[in-house]
Parts: sequence; structure tokens; C-alpha cells
Amino acid sequence: MSLVTLKGLSVRYGGNTVLSDVNLSIEPGEIVTVVGPNGSGKSTLLRSIIGALKPSSGDVSRAPGLRIGYVPQKLHIDPTLPLTVRRFLSLPASVSDARAEDALQQAGTGPLAERQMSDLSGGQFQRVLLARALLNDPQLLILDEATQGLDQPGSAAFYQQIATVRAQLDCAVLMVSHELHVVMAASDRVICLNGHICCEGEPEHVASAPEYRALFGTGTQGALALYRHEHNHSHDHAHNHDHGPGCDHNHGATTKDMAS
Amino acid sequence: MMDLLDSFLVRAALAGVGVALAAAPLGCFVVWRRMAYFGDATAHASILGVALALSFDTSIFAGVLATSLVMATTVSSLSNRGYAMDTLLGVMAHSALAFGLVAVSFLQGVRIDLMAYLFGDILAVGRADLAVIWGGAALVLLLLWARWSALLTATLNPDLAYAAGIDPKREQMVLTVALALVVAVAIKVVGVLLIAALLLIPAATARPFANTPERMALIAAIIGALSALGGLQLAFTFDTPTGPTIVCLAAVLFAASSLGDTLRRAAMRG
Repeated sequence: MSLVTLKGLSVRYGGNTVLSDVNLSIEPGEIVTVVGPNGSGKSTLLRSIIGALKPSSGDVSRAPGLRIGYVPQKLHIDPTLPLTVRRFLSLPASVSDARAEDALQQAGTGPLAERQMSDLSGGQFQRVLLARALLNDPQLLILDEATQGLDQPGSAAFYQQIATVRAQLDCAVLMVSHELHVVMAASDRVICLNGHICCEGEPEHVASAPEYRALFGTGTQGALALYRHEHNHSHDHAHNHDHGPGCDHNHGATTKDMAS
Repeated sequence: MMDLLDSFLVRAALAGVGVALAAAPLGCFVVWRRMAYFGDATAHASILGVALALSFDTSIFAGVLATSLVMATTVSSLSNRGYAMDTLLGVMAHSALAFGLVAVSFLQGVRIDLMAYLFGDILAVGRADLAVIWGGAALVLLLLWARWSALLTATLNPDLAYAAGIDPKREQMVLTVALALVVAVAIKVVGVLLIAALLLIPAATARPFANTPERMALIAAIIGALSALGGLQLAFTFDTPTGPTIVCLAAVLFAASSLGDTLRRAAMRG
């Protein structure tokens, strides 16, 4: 049975519709990547799945007793809060030293259990977040742009780690990313999101889909597309997202081909 | 033991330590979550509770607890809706204080006692007060103890809490109730104007010496208790008002701790 099923999910903030009529299910063991420009509702989608957001309409159902490992986009730790890596790993449920050590190893960090969270580098910090997400032996690992702030080799190494972890735990992975070239190849399924699901399918299928190209450009299969999203359009969606294939929203967005 | 409690100084010391022990760990959350003004608003509103309790002839504790709870709940629900919090809190804190002061002035024969509610009157703590203070403090500590992990997770990041099946809004409510309780028991000891100091200063003083949240709460409790006992002693020696003297001592400890930390960092760099 599916781990998570979304039926007709819509989320509105104030008057803005961030997500409309999203249907999606995630099966055990599959890797699903969500791509989409800024403001396309990627984080909103993930936050609806973990239960942090109430849908305005539609339905989010999780498999009974579903264990989710969640790696947030960024985690700000107030400087007044002293927190060692070891203590962080025991939040909210206390874990044994051995288990904590295992998780850190799985996430590919060195021995840094006694270090303060605030002293970690960006790459170490993300790996500690990953280690914490692995502690409850998750059936579904959710990563929200987990490599933000990492340089290219850093994020490539991080995704490598995810692949390793997934192979060990055999869990499903749902992740959101800008970094299409790194992420797409490893995915079973890619979902192209822009307020609604524009297109979905296998990476090759999505990369060649006109909807995807409309959002991310066409050069090198969209692998090196640089997407610029000018924030001059309002998401009041007076224009309803019903204008057929292509997702050519004329949002004032420009796509630029770096490769050319 | 009962003879010991006959001494007003022993009762004052016990009252001070009781409040400090409950205020310190809660104060850590106030610091971590940047709720300093929140504590102020709740404390200042409690003078209105005093006025209401006096006019309706109920216990001060009940009146203060009720108004603090209303104020804290109002503020925390408004904060979730994304108002400009500092302005709003400033308006609410000070207008609650002003309305409270005006309301008290309408009451016959109370005017003389006003100072006791603004700055506390720890030397006048009776046995019944002591029971209320330790009962309230124990309740706060129990609440924090039971919810500690969930509170910490929610404080760290609401989404992490949600993903772990914790409702951050409920944890916020736990803190709100605990805050109202601390205000209600502390009013006799330091008065409404200085309650926030008792929450914040020990926690801030403890920060440089702690590497985990638990240790920070423990050290803050020790510092708070020392400030209460030392302040009482100093107030007795120099014949100064007790509540403010306790806060003064806590502030001096904070200054020493910050200075020590700065020097230590400089030495590490140099």
C-alpha cells in the first residue's frame, strides 16, 4: 500500500493559492524528486505531507504508523541554545550512544558527537540532520532542498550519501531540489511542480516533456538550465492553471540556457 | 522544622528559592524562543489581576493566574497570526499595567500596598503563601519535566516537531500555562515589574557555562537560587528593598559571567 496519498490537495495562504488539486502517492522504496521554480509550492507540498500544514481542501493520508525521517531546508539554532550533536540526535526520542554513532556513520560524518551544532560546517550540519532523520528507521525519508548552501562537490557528495543510505535502509525518498542535473538521474520518478503538477514520470520522460522545458529550458536536456523567476507576478491565480500543455504561464519568468 | 518556618527570614529564603527554581528552566525557554517581551507582557498584566482579585475579594493568586493566562494566551495566539509583535506586545504590556494601576486606585485603602505588588514583599511571605509558591513551582517543574523533549523539539523547529508527531502549538500552550503560573507565584517575591528579570537573567548568565540545554537549565536554577539567597542577605544587611536587590545580584552575576566568557574567548583567539 502507498506510504502517502494526496487527493486533490489545495493549500491557500490568505488569498494566495499555493497548491491546487495535487494528486500524488508515494510507494514503498521509490525515489521521488520534486522540481519546480521558487514559489512553486515545493516546500508547501512537503510540509503538508508531514502534517505541518492543513490542506484548504483535499486530503492527505499517511499509512498507519508511518515513520518519517524529515530533513528540513534549513535549521536555525538560536545562539542562546547550547546543543551538542549527541543531544540533538536524542530529540525528541532518546537514543543509545551506539545507535547515535551508527546514524552518524551512515550519514557519513566523522566523530563529532560532542561538538556544538553551531560549530559545524554547512556540509557537516546537513549530514547531522540526515543522521537524525535516520534514527527512527524511516519508511519515508523527506528532504527539503537539503543541499542548500553547499557547494557543487559538497552537494554531489551529499546526494551520493542519500543513495547509499537508501540502498541500506530500502526506504522511500521524497526530495525537493533545484539541482536537477544531480538529482534527476537517481530518481524513479520526477514531479514537475508549479502550483500544480505540470508533468510527472521517469526522469528521461520529464526532461523531454514540453511542460518541463517550458519551466527549465531545453539545452542539454534541461540539465544545465538556469531558471530565473522574477517575482512580479501575483499568485492570486485569477488566470487559473488551465491553459493546457506547456505550462507556459507567462509569469514574467525567463529561462536562460547556460550551455549555449 | 515547623519552628524554623516561624522565622520570616527562613520563609523568605524558601519563597525566593522556590520561585527561582521554577523560573530558571522556564526562563531558558523564554530566552531560546526569544519570548522576553512575552514574559514582560504577562507579568505586567498581572497587576490588573491584583486589582480584580481585591475588588472581587478573591485570592490574589487566583486573580493573577487568571489575568496572566488570558494575557499569555492572547499574545501567543496573536503571535501565530504574524502581527508586528514587538509593537503589539509593547502596547499590551504597558496598557495592561496602566489599566491595572488605575483599577487599583479605585479600591479603598489599597494604595499603600501598591509598592508590594510592583516590587514584591518577600519578607511578608506567610505559611500559606509558601504553600502556594512551592505548589506552583512544583507544578511548573513537573510540567516542564514531562514535556521537556517535545518542548525542545518544538523550540528548535516546528516542522521537525510536526514530522515527529509533536504539535508545536500544544507545546506553546504548555509554556504559556507555565509562564502564567510562574508570574502568579513570583508576584509576592519580586513583584510584577521584576518577574521577567528573574526569568531571563539566570538563564542568560548560565549560557556560557552550558553545552546542553539541560545543563543550562540546571545552572540557571542554581544561579537563580543563589541570587535569591544572596539578595535576601544583602537586603537585610544594607536595608534595601529585597526584590530589587535579588535582581541586582543576578545582574551582577550576569555581568561577571559575560565578562568571563568574553575574556575566555579572547584568550582562545590570542
